[in-house]
Amino acid sequence: VCTSRFWFNYRHVANTLSVYRSVKRLGIPDSHIVLMLADDMACNPRNPKPATVFSHKNMELNVYGDDVEVDYRSYEVTVENFLRVLTGRIPPSTPRSKRLLSDDRSNILIYMTGHGGNGFLKFQDSEEITNVELADAFEQMWQKRRYNELLFIIDTCQGASMYERFYSPNIMALASSQVGEDSLSHQPDLGIGVHLMDRYTFYVLEFLEEIHPASQTNMNDLFQVCPKSLCVSTPGHRTDLFQRDPQNVLITDFFGSVRKVEITAETLSLDRDVPGLESKLPEEELATEPLKYAEQLPVAQIIHQKPKQKDWHPPGGFILGLWALIIMVFFKTYGIKHMKHVF
Amino acid sequence: GYEITFSLLNPDPKSHTVDWDIEGAVNRFVKPVLDKLSLVANFSVDSQILYYAVLGVTPRYDKESSSFLLSAHSLPHVINPVEARLGSSAASLYPVLNFLLYVPERSHSPLYIQDKDGAPVSTNAFHSPRWGGIMVYNVEAPASPQASLPVHVDVDMARVMEVFLAQLRLLFGLSREEVPPEFLLESPGNEGLADWELDHLLWAHTVENIATVSTTLTSLAQLLDKIGNIVIKDDVASEVYRAVASVQSAVTELSLGHLLAAFQASKDAVTCSERAFFDPSLLHLLYFPDDQKFAIYIPLFLPMAVPILLSLAKIVRETRLRKKEPTKMD
Repeated sequence: VCTSRFWFNYRHVANTLSVYRSVKRLGIPDSHIVLMLADDMACNPRNPKPATVFSHKNMELNVYGDDVEVDYRSYEVTVENFLRVLTGRIPPSTPRSKRLLSDDRSNILIYMTGHGGNGFLKFQDSEEITNVELADAFEQMWQKRRYNELLFIIDTCQGASMYERFYSPNIMALASSQVGEDSLSHQPDLGIGVHLMDRYTFYVLEFLEEIHPASQTNMNDLFQVCPKSLCVSTPGHRTDLFQRDPQNVLITDFFGSVRKVEITAETLSLDRDVPGLESKLPEEELATEPLKYAEQLPVAQIIHQKPKQKDWHPPGGFILGLWALIIMVFFKTYGIKHMKHVF
Repeated sequence: GYEITFSLLNPDPKSHTVDWDIEGAVNRFVKPVLDKLSLVANFSVDSQILYYAVLGVTPRYDKESSSFLLSAHSLPHVINPVEARLGSSAASLYPVLNFLLYVPERSHSPLYIQDKDGAPVSTNAFHSPRWGGIMVYNVEAPASPQASLPVHVDVDMARVMEVFLAQLRLLFGLSREEVPPEFLLESPGNEGLADWELDHLLWAHTVENIATVSTTLTSLAQLLDKIGNIVIKDDVASEVYRAVASVQSAVTELSLGHLLAAFQASKDAVTCSERAFFDPSLLHLLYFPDDQKFAIYIPLFLPMAVPILLSLAKIVRETRLRKKEPTKMD
């Protein structure tokens, strides 16, 4: 998720696209990736090299590539949409690529970048998501078993504050800087005119370039990436909510996709002389409903559309007290006897 | 519901022209199984042929058997490169089960799958839980080297379907069990699963559904307790009531032994509770920590409150003065 707009935040889009590219290279298909970019850098009119997003100042690596699939773009990247994707409370008309269709055996990697502060992350320069909201969203995901294990990486200033409030099990978090520190960008490119990447993600990308789908590197190595000498800020991590020891967690558990596979040892013996069946009439039409996903017509909503009755509620205590105060002052100032002339 | 997709992968169309009578095979072999399983879920079937789709792994050549081998630990890496081309994301919103038939290229024929001990697998197939299965179909090399390419291949659908349906059974959790010799086990036959296996499936799903509904409704209630700001719409409330009624009837039906009715009730309960829990209107965005409340309301109300409080003080002083005055004037 990249949450920043505007051309000078080029590096956030480059960060996100680098992680996207690594994850795709290690085997996760687009149908399993939800990519949210808040602004379009590749086709930005200020981009001197259109249709490219580079991550290194020698323009070695075009992370935009040929097959980027952005699911939420531009103004669709809002706190509301992000929380909807996480918790699954999506309107029925949303296409499959915009949904997080995970189940209780899925490992989820969430990478967020942008501008942040102590306890919040700024979305699009107009709104923010707090660490409490994020923790609550993860708790709702846990309640519905929408993840098996979750790895949360955040590259913003004071990033460690975002994972302080997590309380759901099986979450591991990594941040590029501690509270009170700023995450710095790596290097500017004089040809393009902006900073290309943030330091933490740059070193993470270098680390990930060495990983291939069968690699056995574990999470402890990822924690060592970007020490203070290179990164200026101190990366932090949180593993207390995680059940397994980070030593035993493979990088490819989250960044790649290695499926469990079983050899098929048995066959079904079929009677080959079965003639083609004429279509039998179905005996009973059992009305079965789709189990989890959208249904076409929200019948319940239509039935319950009564004419809007605005229920009148007596005003709450605070408002009542305020109005009582104002009215008292009014009467005292103008005197009661004058009211007779008003009426 | 589930969506089943049969795909034929032909990476070498120059050498093999593969024909498979998928429609006939589906009608003859797959339909009876799905009809029997239709009590459990809805199924829709489609098929496709993909050309130039290669496996992501290069098989090794084994001189002893003069064949190519795919070892067991390279199998997990086969699926991902192919998945992108399967088009399952455009198919539907239901979970997709993919069954792939791979005809190896001429330069890699024959291709066998090795299990962990190194022996070639008899079915030449493997499957992945919650995803589907892949079978490798070897084509014999043409008798004479001068045979014209491409070689026409007619796939033996019965052999293929035997493996695919076995994988389907395994994906649903029905495996062949060992029984002591005194017992006679009803064989699945052409319908793919025996009646007792269907009952077992229904029963397992019913119990699972009831457990899911309980946890969903409990967590929904907890959510509402924690966050008082959420407004529950009427249709969400009616879904919750219906879910509770359905789950209660499911439990009673289960205790009475009416498996089918219990399953239907539990399925209804799961649908209603999921719809209630995942209703888009339940998103709570209005999280106001105390310091934000102060930060917003104080600049608004403090300037307004200052003259009011001062006048209040004045009123109190005047009242007290007036109370004292009559005694003074006397």
